[in-house]
Amino acid sequence: MSNGSATTGPDQITGATPDNAMRNADRADSGPMLAADGTTLKSSLNRALRRQKLRALMLIAPLLIFVLLTFIAPIADMLFRSVENQIVSDTLPRTVAALKDWDADGETLPEPATFKALYTDIFIAQERKLHTRLGSRLNYELTGVSSLFRKSGRKVEDMGEVYQDQFEDLNGYWKKGENWNALLGTPAWLEAQNAWEEDSGAAQPAFEPRPEIAAVLPQTTATFEIFADFVQNEDKDNLAKKDPWALVYSALYDDLTAGADVAAYAGPGATELQEAAAAVSGFETVDFPTAFEDIDEDWQSLDVWQTLKVYSPNFTSGYFLNSIDMQKTVDGPALRPENQRFYVMLFMRTLFMSLVITGSCILLGYPVGYILANLPAKTANLLMILVLLPFWTSLLVRTSAWKVMLQQQGVINDTLVWLGIVADDSRLALINNQTGTIIAMTHILLPFMILPLYSVMKTIPPSYVRAAKSLGATNWTAFWRVYFPQSVPGIGAGSILVFILSIGYYITPEIVGGRTGVFISNQIAYHISSSLNWGLAAALGAILLAVVLGLYWTYDKIVGIDNVKLGG
Amino acid sequence: MKLTKTLLATTALTVAAGMASADGHMASEMTIVSWGGAYSNSQQQAYHNPYMEKTGVTIINDESSAEAVAKLRAMNEAGNVTWDVVDVVAADAIRLCDEGLAMEIDADEQLAPAPDGTSASDDFGDLLVSDCFIPQIVYSTTFGYRTDMVGDNPPTSVCAVFDTETYPGKRALEKRPINNMEWALLCDGVPKDEVYDVLETEEGQQQALDKLGTIKDDVIWWSAGADTPQLLADGEIVMGSTYNGRLFSVIEEQNQPVAMLWDAQVFDLDGWIIPAGLSDERKARALDYIMFATDTQRLADQAKYISYGPARMSSAPLVGQHAELGIDMAPHMPTDPENAKNTFLYNYEFWADYRDDIDAKFQAWLAQ
Repeated sequence: MSNGSATTGPDQITGATPDNAMRNADRADSGPMLAADGTTLKSSLNRALRRQKLRALMLIAPLLIFVLLTFIAPIADMLFRSVENQIVSDTLPRTVAALKDWDADGETLPEPATFKALYTDIFIAQERKLHTRLGSRLNYELTGVSSLFRKSGRKVEDMGEVYQDQFEDLNGYWKKGENWNALLGTPAWLEAQNAWEEDSGAAQPAFEPRPEIAAVLPQTTATFEIFADFVQNEDKDNLAKKDPWALVYSALYDDLTAGADVAAYAGPGATELQEAAAAVSGFETVDFPTAFEDIDEDWQSLDVWQTLKVYSPNFTSGYFLNSIDMQKTVDGPALRPENQRFYVMLFMRTLFMSLVITGSCILLGYPVGYILANLPAKTANLLMILVLLPFWTSLLVRTSAWKVMLQQQGVINDTLVWLGIVADDSRLALINNQTGTIIAMTHILLPFMILPLYSVMKTIPPSYVRAAKSLGATNWTAFWRVYFPQSVPGIGAGSILVFILSIGYYITPEIVGGRTGVFISNQIAYHISSSLNWGLAAALGAILLAVVLGLYWTYDKIVGIDNVKLGG
Repeated sequence: MKLTKTLLATTALTVAAGMASADGHMASEMTIVSWGGAYSNSQQQAYHNPYMEKTGVTIINDESSAEAVAKLRAMNEAGNVTWDVVDVVAADAIRLCDEGLAMEIDADEQLAPAPDGTSASDDFGDLLVSDCFIPQIVYSTTFGYRTDMVGDNPPTSVCAVFDTETYPGKRALEKRPINNMEWALLCDGVPKDEVYDVLETEEGQQQALDKLGTIKDDVIWWSAGADTPQLLADGEIVMGSTYNGRLFSVIEEQNQPVAMLWDAQVFDLDGWIIPAGLSDERKARALDYIMFATDTQRLADQAKYISYGPARMSSAPLVGQHAELGIDMAPHMPTDPENAKNTFLYNYEFWADYRDDIDAKFQAWLAQ
């Protein structure tokens, strides 16, 4: 501190430290302090620190990536399913577009053009085997759609064959796939396609429409492109050897009746095309609404079309509405009929029973934790093994053991009858109801309560209680006013663990819960593995997650998460 | 240097091995999924062992049939199907076919004809309920009762289930609407051929639930096929529904005081599907296995180990005796004329449509 340098404030007390030196160096006019390699000391230090941080990040990177990939990503993906609904617009794009302007509230069916769009969509979907998938999806919303789509997929081909047959009867030219290829494809592509060999391993030359014919027959060309794309890329078949779908014939009919200017066209197949153009006016036509009615009269039902319209957007709130006992209708969300409501009740029951289980765990676990914490180490360790033993036994074995214990012809009832406490004909119902679930789950989750309690109680010095007693407190006052408050963080930690674990439990309630003792997670499991309604399962899961986070937040506000201790 | 050489050699070997198997166009290992327990054992004896002996293929068993549909869907979405042949019930096969998760099979081309030359599609007949499904067995869901708990008046009709006065005690029913709704209507006076017409209507569904409601508190609802046999053996229930093969083993193999009530048993089918999206060599192997395992003799062989009826008409005369107990199996088959006086056939089309709707109502009813 010679020649009165500018050390002020706290620096004056601490004296010469590296920190102060740096600060002084910064203040000095003589330029920044330099490190050995000539850079400023500050940036050199920063660099060293950055390297350290990076190294720390690299060390936790495997865990971070693991958690992101195996935990966060799947959960995010699953939650996304609860709103995702692209299947409708992906499978029936034209119908969805045509339904945009249809008034779903009205009493009239959609325009015939919508039926025409539906025909095109279902035709393509059944070739790609997607129509039944959509049927299963919509069957969750409206009974019978599953078979409606399956049936329509089987019969839709017949509709287009009306035109196909007439074209083919008119001229054998229309029967052959190669003629179609020559009519619609560019010569360069045609040559490459005909030269292509299936076994050569080379990629099949992608179909290219000829601009001259695309101008004359726009719909036919567009439909044929879809057909060609399907044959080449999904069916992996040789396009040169394939005859077009019946759908292409209906497109040709549409083009020709719409007044295609075939006279101006002079490429391959021009004469056949002109002949067809002259003949189409005499063709038998297909009335699509009637044709669909012939397949199934459900196509005349407003319900089917309303469901299609309501579920046509790419994202839907339908699954979430279902999980709170509501449904999507044309007039907006509405409550389900009384006899189909039960999810809300199941959520309530799950919360209530989890609370009861947590409560019984506290009641049973607290004395055990207290004894463990106050016994000599040797005895305590032995007892600790008894607490941990269930952890090492399979969950299924423990649950099945409860079945043997609790059933009406089981060990507990037999003993009670033998002791004469209950009569033989009025044995207690301890299983396949809520009692069974509460007993079995309390037993299974008890260690999660005892362990945090034990580790917190272990750190409470016995001298506090002794001091309280020496000051005149009764046993109860000493416990309640001195000991208990110090053990509360253990109760908090144990309760959070037990409550959150039990709210998502499903295997134990499934086995011992019977009809009334099952949780919402059993419904989630049911929709994942049996009904395959993954969207609904995802929505139920998302709500459960939100409820748990909400409770956690409330807990933090009321008790404070800092007051939770898992150990000393 | 040495490491590089070893690596190169291994790579070369692997490539050579890969090409060798590609030459043969068949994989040498396959994963077959089934139900586990006595059923898987019967398949092991009747199909897997002879096939492994004949071809030298290693068969890996996976007991995931109960979750097969969900798992196949997940595998398909992940683009990594690890199963080659999967044993599922017909209703699941229909759903897998609908979802594009199972391969379509041409029965006459890809399955063996009967010994007398009858084509496979005629031999299986109506049992080919889906394009993707190769039936294997006919099983039934039916009731078993404790002979020591019914006194001198053993039940002869399925309606005994709803008669808690004559037959007090708990009963076990499956925790799903299928079968239970049919039985309820039948015992509520609906003629058998009108059951599904009634069940299509809201009132009919309510009628069935109301009938089930009369015994709601006397029922233990099961979800695993092993539950009813255990409950019967412990004397916990007086009667309960389950698969007939499970009851056979309680009665004949474990000698429990239990008897079969074949009345209004519901026939269902179990069989194979091949997952969609297998590589060519795995597909060839799977088809080869299916061709072998569903021929007339093999299907009849399975009945030596478990009391399920073979799905081919031509197999029926070949059904012999139980491999260990030495008793005639024919009278224990659900298809035996004596047992099949009053039967239902699982209505696949009806339940494909109404399953979601009725299930929601059933679950809601159950939870209340």
